Amino acid sequence: MKRSMFVLAAALWAAVGATGAAQAQSPAGGDTLKKIKDSGVVTMGVRESSGGLSFTLGDGKYAGFHVELCESVLNDVKRQLGLAKLEVRYQPVTSQNRIPLVQNGTVDIECGSTTNNATRQKDVAFAVTTYVEEVRIAVKANSGITSIAQLSGKKVATTTGTTSVQLLRKHEKANGVNFEEVFGKDHADSFLLLESGRADAFVMDGQILAGQIAKSKAPADYKIVGEVLSVEPIGIMVRKDDPAFKKAVDDSLVAMMKSGAIAKAYDKWFVQPIPPANKAIGLPASEGTKAAWAGPNDKPAEDYAKK
Amino acid sequence: MANWDWQVFCKSTTGDEVSLRCFGAGGDTTYLDWILSAWGWTLSVALLALIVALVLGSLMGILRTTPHRKLVMLGNAWTELFRNIPLLVQIFLWYHVIPALVPPLKGVPSFMLVVFALGFFTSARISEQVKAGIQALPRGQRYAGLAMGLTLPQTYRYVLLPMAFRIVIPPLTSEAMNIIKNSSAAFAVSIAELTMFAMQAQEETSRGVEIYLAVTGLYFVSAFALNRIALVIETRTRVPGMIGAK
Repeated sequence: MKRSMFVLAAALWAAVGATGAAQAQSPAGGDTLKKIKDSGVVTMGVRESSGGLSFTLGDGKYAGFHVELCESVLNDVKRQLGLAKLEVRYQPVTSQNRIPLVQNGTVDIECGSTTNNATRQKDVAFAVTTYVEEVRIAVKANSGITSIAQLSGKKVATTTGTTSVQLLRKHEKANGVNFEEVFGKDHADSFLLLESGRADAFVMDGQILAGQIAKSKAPADYKIVGEVLSVEPIGIMVRKDDPAFKKAVDDSLVAMMKSGAIAKAYDKWFVQPIPPANKAIGLPASEGTKAAWAGPNDKPAEDYAKK
Repeated sequence: MANWDWQVFCKSTTGDEVSLRCFGAGGDTTYLDWILSAWGWTLSVALLALIVALVLGSLMGILRTTPHRKLVMLGNAWTELFRNIPLLVQIFLWYHVIPALVPPLKGVPSFMLVVFALGFFTSARISEQVKAGIQALPRGQRYAGLAMGLTLPQTYRYVLLPMAFRIVIPPLTSEAMNIIKNSSAAFAVSIAELTMFAMQAQEETSRGVEIYLAVTGLYFVSAFALNRIALVIETRTRVPGMIGAK
Protein backbone atom coordinates (compact mmCIF):
# COMPACT_ATOMS: atom_id res chain seq x y z
CA MET A 1 0.00 0.00 0.00
CA LYS A 2 2.73 2.46 0.99
CA ARG A 3 4.78 1.58 -2.05
CA SER A 4 1.94 2.14 -4.52
CA MET A 5 1.24 5.52 -2.90
CA PHE A 6 4.86 6.44 -3.42
CA VAL A 7 4.72 5.38 -7.06
CA LEU A 8 1.49 7.35 -7.55
CA ALA A 9 2.99 10.44 -5.97
CA ALA A 10 6.11 10.12 -8.10
CA ALA A 11 4.01 9.75 -11.25
CA LEU A 12 1.97 12.85 -10.38
CA TRP A 13 5.09 14.81 -9.65
CA ALA A 14 6.62 13.75 -12.98
CA ALA A 15 3.45 14.74 -14.82
CA VAL A 16 3.43 18.18 -13.19
CA GLY A 17 7.10 18.56 -13.93
CA ALA A 18 6.59 17.56 -17.56
CA THR A 19 3.80 20.08 -18.10
CA GLY A 20 5.91 22.68 -16.36
CA ALA A 21 8.81 21.94 -18.65
CA ALA A 22 6.55 21.91 -21.68
CA GLN A 23 5.22 25.30 -20.69
CA ALA A 24 8.69 26.64 -20.25
CA GLN A 25 9.50 25.40 -23.70
CA SER A 26 6.61 27.14 -25.45
CA PRO A 27 8.37 30.21 -26.75
CA ALA A 28 7.72 33.56 -25.16
CA GLY A 29 8.66 34.92 -28.54
CA GLY A 30 9.12 32.13 -30.99
CA ASP A 31 7.67 31.85 -34.40
CA THR A 32 3.95 32.45 -34.75
CA LEU A 33 4.12 32.26 -38.52
CA LYS A 34 5.68 28.82 -38.31
CA LYS A 35 3.03 27.72 -35.81
CA ILE A 36 0.24 28.95 -38.10
CA LYS A 37 1.80 27.31 -41.15
CA ASP A 38 2.26 23.99 -39.37
CA SER A 39 -1.16 23.79 -37.78
CA GLY A 40 -3.32 25.68 -40.27
CA VAL A 41 -5.10 27.27 -37.34
CA VAL A 42 -4.84 30.76 -35.92
CA THR A 43 -6.59 31.95 -32.74
CA MET A 44 -7.95 35.49 -32.66
CA GLY A 45 -8.70 37.04 -29.29
CA VAL A 46 -11.95 39.02 -29.31
CA ARG A 47 -14.00 40.94 -26.78
CA GLU A 48 -17.63 40.34 -25.96
CA SER A 49 -18.66 43.96 -25.57
CA SER A 50 -16.04 46.55 -26.37
CA GLY A 51 -18.12 49.13 -28.18
CA GLY A 52 -17.54 49.22 -31.91
CA LEU A 53 -14.08 47.67 -31.74
CA SER A 54 -15.04 44.10 -30.95
CA PHE A 55 -18.28 42.60 -29.73
CA THR A 56 -20.35 39.47 -29.89
CA LEU A 57 -23.38 38.93 -32.08
CA GLY A 58 -24.31 35.87 -30.08
CA ASP A 59 -23.89 32.25 -31.09
CA GLY A 60 -20.08 32.39 -31.16
CA LYS A 61 -19.97 35.13 -33.79
CA TYR A 62 -17.93 38.26 -33.33
CA ALA A 63 -17.86 41.54 -35.20
CA GLY A 64 -16.35 44.98 -34.95
CA PHE A 65 -13.74 47.33 -36.40
CA HIS A 66 -10.74 45.47 -35.00
CA VAL A 67 -12.26 42.08 -35.75
CA GLU A 68 -12.65 43.08 -39.38
CA LEU A 69 -9.09 44.47 -39.53
CA CYS A 70 -7.71 41.27 -38.04
CA GLU A 71 -9.64 39.12 -40.48
CA SER A 72 -8.05 41.10 -43.33
CA VAL A 73 -4.64 40.76 -41.72
CA LEU A 74 -5.05 37.02 -41.34
CA ASN A 75 -6.13 36.78 -44.97
CA ASP A 76 -2.88 38.48 -45.96
CA VAL A 77 -0.92 36.14 -43.67
CA LYS A 78 -2.63 33.17 -45.28
CA ARG A 79 -1.54 34.43 -48.70
CA GLN A 80 1.95 35.14 -47.46
CA LEU A 81 2.35 31.62 -46.09
CA GLY A 82 0.84 30.10 -49.21
CA LEU A 83 -1.84 28.18 -47.30
CA ALA A 84 -4.88 26.86 -49.09
CA LYS A 85 -6.99 27.07 -45.96
CA LEU A 86 -6.57 28.90 -42.69
CA GLU A 87 -8.96 28.20 -39.85
CA VAL A 88 -9.59 31.21 -37.63
CA ARG A 89 -10.69 30.38 -34.10
CA TYR A 90 -12.31 33.15 -32.08
CA GLN A 91 -11.36 33.20 -28.41
CA PRO A 92 -13.26 35.65 -26.21
CA VAL A 93 -10.95 37.32 -23.73
CA THR A 94 -11.39 39.72 -20.83
CA SER A 95 -9.33 42.63 -19.53
CA GLN A 96 -7.94 40.24 -16.94
CA ASN A 97 -6.73 37.40 -19.13
CA ARG A 98 -5.93 38.96 -22.50
CA ILE A 99 -2.22 39.47 -21.84
CA PRO A 100 -1.57 36.09 -20.17
CA LEU A 101 -3.39 34.31 -23.02
CA VAL A 102 -1.27 36.05 -25.65
CA GLN A 103 1.88 35.34 -23.67
CA ASN A 104 1.25 31.65 -23.23
CA GLY A 105 0.29 31.00 -26.84
CA THR A 106 -3.45 30.38 -26.49
CA VAL A 107 -4.22 33.52 -28.47
CA ASP A 108 -2.04 34.45 -31.45
CA ILE A 109 -3.47 37.90 -32.17
CA GLU A 110 -5.72 39.90 -29.87
CA CYS A 111 -8.16 42.21 -31.62
CA GLY A 112 -10.02 44.05 -28.90
CA SER A 113 -9.62 47.34 -27.11
CA THR A 114 -6.22 47.07 -25.48
CA THR A 115 -4.39 50.28 -24.71
CA ASN A 116 -0.80 50.30 -25.90
CA ASN A 117 1.31 51.46 -22.96
CA ALA A 118 4.89 51.06 -21.81
CA THR A 119 4.05 48.66 -18.95
CA ARG A 120 2.28 46.28 -21.29
CA GLN A 121 5.06 46.54 -23.87
CA LYS A 122 7.20 44.65 -21.38
CA ASP A 123 4.94 41.61 -21.78
CA VAL A 124 3.53 41.80 -25.30
CA ALA A 125 4.05 43.66 -28.57
CA PHE A 126 1.54 45.91 -30.31
CA ALA A 127 0.93 46.34 -34.02
CA VAL A 128 0.76 49.85 -35.48
CA THR A 129 -1.94 51.88 -33.76
CA THR A 130 -5.25 51.66 -35.55
CA TYR A 131 -7.43 53.65 -33.19
CA VAL A 132 -6.71 56.50 -30.82
CA GLU A 133 -9.10 56.67 -27.91
CA GLU A 134 -10.01 59.71 -25.94
CA VAL A 135 -11.28 59.27 -22.40
CA ARG A 136 -14.39 61.40 -21.90
CA ILE A 137 -17.24 61.79 -19.44
CA ALA A 138 -20.84 60.71 -20.00
CA VAL A 139 -23.51 62.41 -17.91
CA LYS A 140 -27.26 62.78 -17.94
CA ALA A 141 -28.13 65.63 -20.29
CA ASN A 142 -30.10 67.47 -17.61
CA SER A 143 -27.38 67.30 -14.98
CA GLY A 144 -25.64 70.46 -16.14
CA ILE A 145 -22.20 68.94 -15.73
CA THR A 146 -19.82 70.06 -18.46
CA SER A 147 -16.33 69.43 -17.15
CA ILE A 148 -14.42 67.27 -14.78
CA ALA A 149 -13.91 70.15 -12.37
CA GLN A 150 -17.62 70.04 -11.57
CA LEU A 151 -17.36 66.40 -10.53
CA SER A 152 -15.57 67.17 -7.30
CA GLY A 153 -17.47 65.43 -4.49
CA LYS A 154 -19.81 63.69 -6.93
CA LYS A 155 -20.13 60.00 -7.67
CA VAL A 156 -18.12 58.93 -10.68
CA ALA A 157 -18.57 55.49 -12.22
CA THR A 158 -15.94 53.57 -14.09
CA THR A 159 -15.30 49.93 -14.90
CA THR A 160 -13.09 47.66 -12.80
CA GLY A 161 -10.01 46.47 -14.61
CA THR A 162 -9.66 49.41 -16.99
CA THR A 163 -7.04 52.12 -17.32
CA SER A 164 -9.67 54.74 -16.47
CA VAL A 165 -9.57 53.76 -12.80
CA GLN A 166 -5.94 54.70 -12.44
CA LEU A 167 -6.52 57.78 -14.60
CA LEU A 168 -9.16 59.07 -12.18
CA ARG A 169 -6.89 58.37 -9.25
CA LYS A 170 -4.01 60.27 -10.88
CA HIS A 171 -6.34 63.16 -11.66
CA GLU A 172 -7.51 63.30 -8.06
CA LYS A 173 -3.98 63.42 -6.80
CA ALA A 174 -2.75 65.93 -9.39
CA ASN A 175 -5.60 68.38 -8.97
CA GLY A 176 -6.39 67.86 -5.31
CA VAL A 177 -10.02 67.02 -5.99
CA ASN A 178 -11.92 64.11 -4.57
CA PHE A 179 -14.49 62.00 -6.35
CA GLU A 180 -16.56 59.26 -4.85
CA GLU A 181 -15.78 56.37 -7.15
CA VAL A 182 -18.25 53.60 -7.86
CA PHE A 183 -17.08 50.63 -9.88
CA GLY A 184 -19.13 48.60 -12.30
CA LYS A 185 -17.97 45.10 -13.04
CA ASP A 186 -18.22 45.73 -16.79
CA HIS A 187 -19.15 48.59 -19.11
CA ALA A 188 -22.84 47.72 -19.22
CA ASP A 189 -22.93 47.62 -15.42
CA SER A 190 -21.17 50.98 -15.11
CA PHE A 191 -23.65 52.53 -17.54
CA LEU A 192 -26.47 51.07 -15.45
CA LEU A 193 -25.03 52.91 -12.45
CA LEU A 194 -25.28 56.16 -14.40
CA GLU A 195 -28.73 55.28 -15.68
CA SER A 196 -30.17 54.42 -12.28
CA GLY A 197 -28.71 57.50 -10.65
CA ARG A 198 -26.21 55.74 -8.46
CA ALA A 199 -23.50 57.68 -10.29
CA ASP A 200 -23.48 61.23 -11.62
CA ALA A 201 -20.96 60.55 -14.37
CA PHE A 202 -19.37 57.65 -16.23
CA VAL A 203 -15.74 58.08 -17.24
CA MET A 204 -14.54 55.76 -19.98
CA ASP A 205 -13.20 55.62 -23.53
CA GLY A 206 -15.35 57.79 -25.80
CA GLN A 207 -16.38 55.02 -28.15
CA ILE A 208 -17.57 52.82 -25.29
CA LEU A 209 -19.61 55.74 -23.94
CA ALA A 210 -21.07 56.39 -27.37
CA GLY A 211 -21.86 52.70 -27.85
CA GLN A 212 -23.59 52.36 -24.47
CA ILE A 213 -25.60 55.54 -25.04
CA ALA A 214 -26.67 54.35 -28.48
CA LYS A 215 -27.84 51.03 -27.00
CA SER A 216 -29.68 52.57 -24.07
CA LYS A 217 -33.44 52.98 -23.73
CA ALA A 218 -33.36 56.78 -24.20
CA PRO A 219 -30.15 57.91 -25.91
CA ALA A 220 -31.25 61.55 -25.91
CA ASP A 221 -31.04 61.60 -22.10
CA TYR A 222 -27.26 61.36 -22.10
CA LYS A 223 -24.41 63.54 -23.29
CA ILE A 224 -20.68 63.08 -23.67
CA VAL A 225 -19.09 66.18 -22.21
CA GLY A 226 -15.93 67.63 -20.89
CA GLU A 227 -12.34 67.86 -21.89
CA VAL A 228 -10.33 64.90 -23.13
CA LEU A 229 -8.94 63.33 -19.99
CA SER A 230 -6.44 61.09 -21.67
CA VAL A 231 -5.40 60.10 -25.16
CA GLU A 232 -4.67 56.41 -25.50
CA PRO A 233 -3.57 54.48 -28.56
CA ILE A 234 -5.48 51.22 -28.94
CA GLY A 235 -3.58 48.47 -30.68
CA ILE A 236 -3.77 44.89 -31.80
CA MET A 237 -1.65 42.68 -29.53
CA VAL A 238 0.79 40.01 -30.64
CA ARG A 239 3.50 38.09 -28.84
CA LYS A 240 6.69 39.83 -27.87
CA ASP A 241 10.02 38.97 -29.53
CA ASP A 242 8.36 37.68 -32.68
CA PRO A 243 9.46 40.22 -35.29
CA ALA A 244 8.38 38.16 -38.31
CA PHE A 245 4.73 37.96 -37.28
CA LYS A 246 4.63 41.58 -36.11
CA LYS A 247 6.05 42.67 -39.45
CA ALA A 248 3.43 40.66 -41.31
CA VAL A 249 0.64 42.24 -39.25
CA ASP A 250 2.12 45.75 -39.51
CA ASP A 251 2.62 45.49 -43.28
CA SER A 252 -0.96 44.42 -43.75
CA LEU A 253 -2.32 47.23 -41.59
CA VAL A 254 -0.11 49.88 -43.20
CA ALA A 255 -1.32 48.76 -46.62
CA MET A 256 -4.90 49.20 -45.43
CA MET A 257 -4.10 52.65 -44.09
CA LYS A 258 -2.51 53.72 -47.37
CA SER A 259 -5.33 52.37 -49.52
CA GLY A 260 -8.09 53.97 -47.47
CA ALA A 261 -9.57 50.60 -46.55
CA ILE A 262 -9.13 51.36 -42.89
CA ALA A 263 -11.05 54.64 -43.13
CA LYS A 264 -13.88 52.80 -44.87
CA ALA A 265 -13.91 50.11 -42.18
CA TYR A 266 -13.98 52.80 -39.48
CA ASP A 267 -16.93 54.46 -41.13
CA LYS A 268 -18.71 51.14 -41.39
CA TRP A 269 -18.40 50.36 -37.69
CA PHE A 270 -18.47 53.75 -36.01
CA VAL A 271 -20.68 55.96 -38.12
CA GLN A 272 -23.15 53.64 -39.87
CA PRO A 273 -25.74 51.53 -38.05
CA ILE A 274 -24.28 48.24 -36.86
CA PRO A 275 -25.67 44.91 -35.69
CA PRO A 276 -27.19 43.58 -33.54
CA ALA A 277 -29.55 46.47 -32.82
CA ASN A 278 -28.93 48.33 -36.08
CA LYS A 279 -28.07 51.49 -34.17
CA ALA A 280 -25.16 53.78 -35.04
CA ILE A 281 -22.46 54.73 -32.56
CA GLY A 282 -22.09 58.02 -34.41
CA LEU A 283 -18.45 58.80 -33.62
CA PRO A 284 -16.43 60.08 -36.62
CA ALA A 285 -12.68 59.45 -36.62
CA SER A 286 -10.88 61.77 -34.21
CA GLU A 287 -7.83 63.82 -35.20
CA GLY A 288 -5.65 61.48 -33.19
CA THR A 289 -6.92 58.44 -35.05
CA LYS A 290 -6.45 60.07 -38.45
CA ALA A 291 -2.92 61.08 -37.47
CA ALA A 292 -2.16 57.49 -36.47
CA TRP A 293 -3.29 56.28 -39.89
CA ALA A 294 -1.27 58.98 -41.67
CA GLY A 295 1.91 58.16 -39.76
CA PRO A 296 1.77 54.49 -38.72
CA ASN A 297 3.53 53.86 -35.41
CA ASP A 298 3.29 51.72 -32.31
CA LYS A 299 4.16 54.36 -29.75
CA PRO A 300 2.84 53.74 -26.26
CA ALA A 301 0.35 55.94 -24.42
CA GLU A 302 3.12 57.64 -22.46
CA ASP A 303 4.41 59.23 -25.68
CA TYR A 304 0.97 60.63 -26.41
CA ALA A 305 0.72 62.12 -22.94
CA LYS A 306 4.00 63.95 -23.37
CA LYS A 307 2.81 65.80 -26.48
CA MET B 1 8.82 30.07 -12.69
CA ALA B 2 9.27 33.60 -13.99
CA ASN B 3 10.98 36.46 -12.24
CA TRP B 4 9.19 37.69 -9.11
CA ASP B 5 8.73 41.36 -8.41
CA TRP B 6 7.44 41.69 -4.85
CA GLN B 7 8.57 45.33 -5.00
CA VAL B 8 5.31 45.97 -6.82
CA PHE B 9 3.63 46.39 -3.46
CA CYS B 10 5.86 49.32 -2.66
CA LYS B 11 4.94 51.12 -5.88
CA SER B 12 2.78 54.20 -5.68
CA THR B 13 -0.67 53.69 -7.16
CA THR B 14 -0.56 56.88 -9.18
CA GLY B 15 2.90 56.82 -10.61
CA ASP B 16 5.86 54.57 -10.71
CA GLU B 17 7.89 55.67 -7.74
CA VAL B 18 8.85 52.91 -5.36
CA SER B 19 8.43 54.13 -1.81
CA LEU B 20 11.23 53.31 0.62
CA ARG B 21 9.07 52.25 3.50
CA CYS B 22 6.48 50.56 1.29
CA PHE B 23 3.79 52.71 2.83
CA GLY B 24 2.64 55.88 1.10
CA ALA B 25 3.39 59.27 2.61
CA GLY B 26 1.80 62.65 2.11
CA GLY B 27 -1.52 61.52 0.67
CA ASP B 28 0.08 59.05 -1.67
CA THR B 29 -0.86 55.39 -1.49
CA THR B 30 1.13 52.33 -2.43
CA TYR B 31 -0.29 48.99 -3.45
CA LEU B 32 0.53 47.76 0.04
CA ASP B 33 -1.68 50.47 1.55
CA TRP B 34 -4.37 49.53 -0.90
CA ILE B 35 -4.29 45.78 -0.25
CA LEU B 36 -4.49 46.37 3.49
CA SER B 37 -7.44 48.72 3.07
CA ALA B 38 -9.11 46.18 0.78
CA TRP B 39 -8.52 43.48 3.39
CA GLY B 40 -10.19 45.73 5.93
CA TRP B 41 -13.24 46.07 3.71
CA THR B 42 -13.40 42.30 3.18
CA LEU B 43 -13.29 41.66 6.91
CA SER B 44 -15.85 44.39 7.67
CA VAL B 45 -18.34 43.08 5.14
CA ALA B 46 -17.80 39.48 6.20
CA LEU B 47 -17.97 40.01 9.96
CA LEU B 48 -21.02 42.28 9.89
CA ALA B 49 -22.76 39.85 7.55
CA LEU B 50 -21.81 37.01 9.90
CA ILE B 51 -23.48 38.76 12.83
CA VAL B 52 -26.63 39.38 10.76
CA ALA B 53 -26.60 35.76 9.60
CA LEU B 54 -26.08 34.27 13.05
CA VAL B 55 -28.85 36.30 14.64
CA LEU B 56 -31.42 35.80 11.89
CA GLY B 57 -30.39 32.26 11.07
CA SER B 58 -30.59 31.09 14.67
CA LEU B 59 -33.98 32.77 15.06
CA MET B 60 -35.36 31.11 11.94
CA GLY B 61 -33.88 27.74 12.90
CA ILE B 62 -35.53 27.94 16.31
CA LEU B 63 -38.87 28.97 14.80
CA ARG B 64 -38.80 25.93 12.57
CA THR B 65 -38.69 23.60 15.57
CA THR B 66 -41.53 25.16 17.56
CA PRO B 67 -44.91 23.43 17.81
CA HIS B 68 -46.70 26.43 16.22
CA ARG B 69 -47.45 25.89 12.55
CA LYS B 70 -47.40 29.56 11.55
CA LEU B 71 -43.93 30.07 13.03
CA VAL B 72 -42.67 26.94 11.31
CA MET B 73 -44.06 28.18 8.00
CA LEU B 74 -42.41 31.56 8.48
CA GLY B 75 -39.07 29.93 9.17
CA ASN B 76 -39.43 27.56 6.23
CA ALA B 77 -40.43 30.35 3.84
CA TRP B 78 -37.43 32.46 4.87
CA THR B 79 -35.02 29.58 4.48
CA GLU B 80 -36.32 28.37 1.15
CA LEU B 81 -36.41 31.89 -0.29
CA PHE B 82 -32.79 32.67 0.46
CA ARG B 83 -31.46 29.20 -0.21
CA ASN B 84 -32.78 28.91 -3.72
CA ILE B 85 -31.34 32.07 -5.24
CA PRO B 86 -27.60 32.32 -6.04
CA LEU B 87 -25.60 34.75 -3.94
CA LEU B 88 -24.52 37.01 -6.79
CA VAL B 89 -28.11 37.30 -8.00
CA GLN B 90 -29.20 38.18 -4.47
CA ILE B 91 -26.54 40.87 -4.25
CA PHE B 92 -27.71 42.40 -7.53
CA LEU B 93 -31.32 42.23 -6.36
CA TRP B 94 -30.47 44.16 -3.21
CA TYR B 95 -28.35 46.67 -5.08
CA HIS B 96 -30.34 47.37 -8.25
CA VAL B 97 -33.86 45.99 -7.93
CA ILE B 98 -35.02 46.50 -4.35
CA PRO B 99 -34.01 50.19 -4.11
CA ALA B 100 -36.07 50.77 -7.25
CA LEU B 101 -39.09 49.14 -5.57
CA VAL B 102 -38.51 50.61 -2.10
CA PRO B 103 -37.23 54.15 -2.69
CA PRO B 104 -36.04 54.83 0.89
CA LEU B 105 -33.39 52.17 0.33
CA LYS B 106 -31.73 54.28 -2.37
CA GLY B 107 -30.01 56.30 0.30
CA VAL B 108 -28.54 53.26 2.01
CA PRO B 109 -24.85 52.86 1.22
CA SER B 110 -24.00 49.86 -0.95
CA PHE B 111 -21.92 48.47 1.91
CA MET B 112 -25.05 47.90 4.03
CA LEU B 113 -26.94 46.41 1.09
CA VAL B 114 -24.17 43.88 0.57
CA VAL B 115 -24.14 43.07 4.29
CA PHE B 116 -27.87 42.37 4.13
CA ALA B 117 -27.56 40.31 0.97
CA LEU B 118 -24.68 38.21 2.29
CA GLY B 119 -26.21 38.00 5.76
CA PHE B 120 -29.63 36.85 4.59
CA PHE B 121 -28.12 34.33 2.18
CA THR B 122 -26.02 32.78 4.91
CA SER B 123 -28.84 32.97 7.46
CA ALA B 124 -30.81 30.47 5.38
CA ARG B 125 -27.97 27.97 5.67
CA ILE B 126 -27.48 28.67 9.36
CA SER B 127 -31.19 28.22 10.05
CA GLU B 128 -30.99 24.78 8.48
CA GLN B 129 -28.03 23.84 10.65
CA VAL B 130 -29.55 25.17 13.87
CA LYS B 131 -32.74 23.31 13.14
CA ALA B 132 -30.75 20.13 12.59
CA GLY B 133 -28.90 20.69 15.85
CA ILE B 134 -32.11 21.13 17.83
CA GLN B 135 -33.70 18.10 16.20
CA ALA B 136 -30.63 16.02 17.02
CA LEU B 137 -31.48 16.28 20.68
CA PRO B 138 -33.60 13.52 22.19
CA ARG B 139 -37.30 14.43 22.24
CA GLY B 140 -37.36 13.81 25.95
CA GLN B 141 -35.32 16.93 26.63
CA ARG B 142 -38.06 19.28 25.46
CA TYR B 143 -40.83 17.36 27.25
CA ALA B 144 -38.81 17.12 30.45
CA GLY B 145 -38.31 20.86 30.39
CA LEU B 146 -41.99 21.52 29.82
CA ALA B 147 -42.95 18.96 32.45
CA MET B 148 -40.80 20.76 35.00
CA GLY B 149 -42.94 23.85 34.54
CA LEU B 150 -40.64 25.85 32.24
CA THR B 151 -42.41 27.79 29.49
CA LEU B 152 -41.47 26.98 25.91
CA PRO B 153 -39.08 29.94 25.58
CA GLN B 154 -37.50 28.98 28.90
CA THR B 155 -37.12 25.38 27.75
CA TYR B 156 -35.32 26.60 24.65
CA ARG B 157 -33.16 29.02 26.60
CA TYR B 158 -32.09 26.76 29.46
CA VAL B 159 -32.37 23.22 28.10
CA LEU B 160 -32.36 22.92 24.31
CA LEU B 161 -30.25 25.71 22.91
CA PRO B 162 -27.19 25.27 25.14
CA MET B 163 -26.84 21.71 23.90
CA ALA B 164 -27.90 22.39 20.30
CA PHE B 165 -25.44 25.22 19.77
CA ARG B 166 -22.59 23.17 21.12
CA ILE B 167 -23.47 20.47 18.62
CA VAL B 168 -23.55 22.81 15.62
CA ILE B 169 -20.34 24.74 16.30
CA PRO B 170 -18.46 22.84 13.52
CA PRO B 171 -21.04 23.56 10.77
CA LEU B 172 -21.32 27.16 11.96
CA THR B 173 -17.54 27.43 11.66
CA SER B 174 -17.85 26.33 8.04
CA GLU B 175 -20.50 28.99 7.45
CA ALA B 176 -18.30 31.66 8.98
CA MET B 177 -15.43 30.64 6.72
CA ASN B 178 -17.82 30.58 3.75
CA ILE B 179 -18.85 34.15 4.48
CA ILE B 180 -15.24 35.28 4.26
CA LYS B 181 -14.96 33.61 0.86
CA ASN B 182 -18.38 34.72 -0.38
CA SER B 183 -17.59 38.32 0.49
CA SER B 184 -15.56 38.32 -2.71
CA ALA B 185 -18.85 38.60 -4.61
CA ALA B 186 -19.19 42.13 -3.24
CA PHE B 187 -16.79 43.41 -5.89
CA ALA B 188 -19.70 43.33 -8.32
CA VAL B 189 -21.38 46.18 -6.47
CA SER B 190 -18.40 48.41 -6.06
CA ILE B 191 -17.13 47.48 -2.61
CA ALA B 192 -13.38 48.08 -2.66
CA GLU B 193 -12.51 44.69 -1.24
CA LEU B 194 -9.77 42.16 -1.95
CA THR B 195 -11.17 40.68 -5.16
CA MET B 196 -11.68 44.09 -6.71
CA PHE B 197 -8.20 45.06 -5.59
CA ALA B 198 -6.81 41.93 -7.25
CA MET B 199 -8.54 42.60 -10.56
CA GLN B 200 -7.66 46.27 -10.68
CA ALA B 201 -4.09 46.03 -9.41
CA GLN B 202 -3.34 43.16 -11.77
CA GLU B 203 -4.53 45.34 -14.65
CA GLU B 204 -2.45 48.32 -13.56
CA THR B 205 0.81 46.60 -12.66
CA SER B 206 0.69 43.59 -14.99
CA ARG B 207 2.12 41.54 -12.11
CA GLY B 208 -0.78 39.18 -11.74
CA VAL B 209 1.08 36.36 -10.02
CA GLU B 210 2.33 38.39 -7.08
CA ILE B 211 -0.97 40.23 -6.64
CA TYR B 212 -3.11 37.10 -6.73
CA LEU B 213 -0.74 35.20 -4.44
CA ALA B 214 -0.95 37.97 -1.88
CA VAL B 215 -4.74 38.13 -2.10
CA THR B 216 -5.00 34.34 -1.82
CA GLY B 217 -2.77 34.43 1.23
CA LEU B 218 -4.92 37.06 2.92
CA TYR B 219 -8.16 35.18 2.24
CA PHE B 220 -6.59 31.99 3.59
CA VAL B 221 -5.31 33.73 6.72
CA SER B 222 -8.71 35.32 7.38
CA ALA B 223 -10.67 32.12 6.98
CA PHE B 224 -8.17 30.05 8.93
CA ALA B 225 -8.14 32.55 11.78
CA LEU B 226 -11.91 32.18 12.09
CA ASN B 227 -11.44 28.44 12.07
CA ARG B 228 -9.00 28.58 14.98
CA ILE B 229 -11.18 31.02 16.93
CA ALA B 230 -14.11 28.64 16.55
CA LEU B 231 -11.94 25.80 17.81
CA VAL B 232 -11.11 27.79 20.92
CA ILE B 233 -14.80 28.52 21.47
CA GLU B 234 -15.59 24.85 21.06
CA THR B 235 -13.05 23.66 23.59
CA ARG B 236 -13.87 26.38 26.09
CA THR B 237 -17.60 25.74 26.05
CA ARG B 238 -17.33 21.98 26.14
CA VAL B 239 -19.25 20.35 28.99
CA PRO B 240 -18.25 16.76 29.81
CA GLY B 241 -21.17 14.39 29.56
CA MET B 242 -23.27 16.70 27.35
CA ILE B 243 -24.17 15.59 23.86
CA GLY B 244 -21.43 16.60 21.46
CA ALA B 245 -18.72 16.82 24.13
CA LYS B 246 -15.65 14.62 24.17
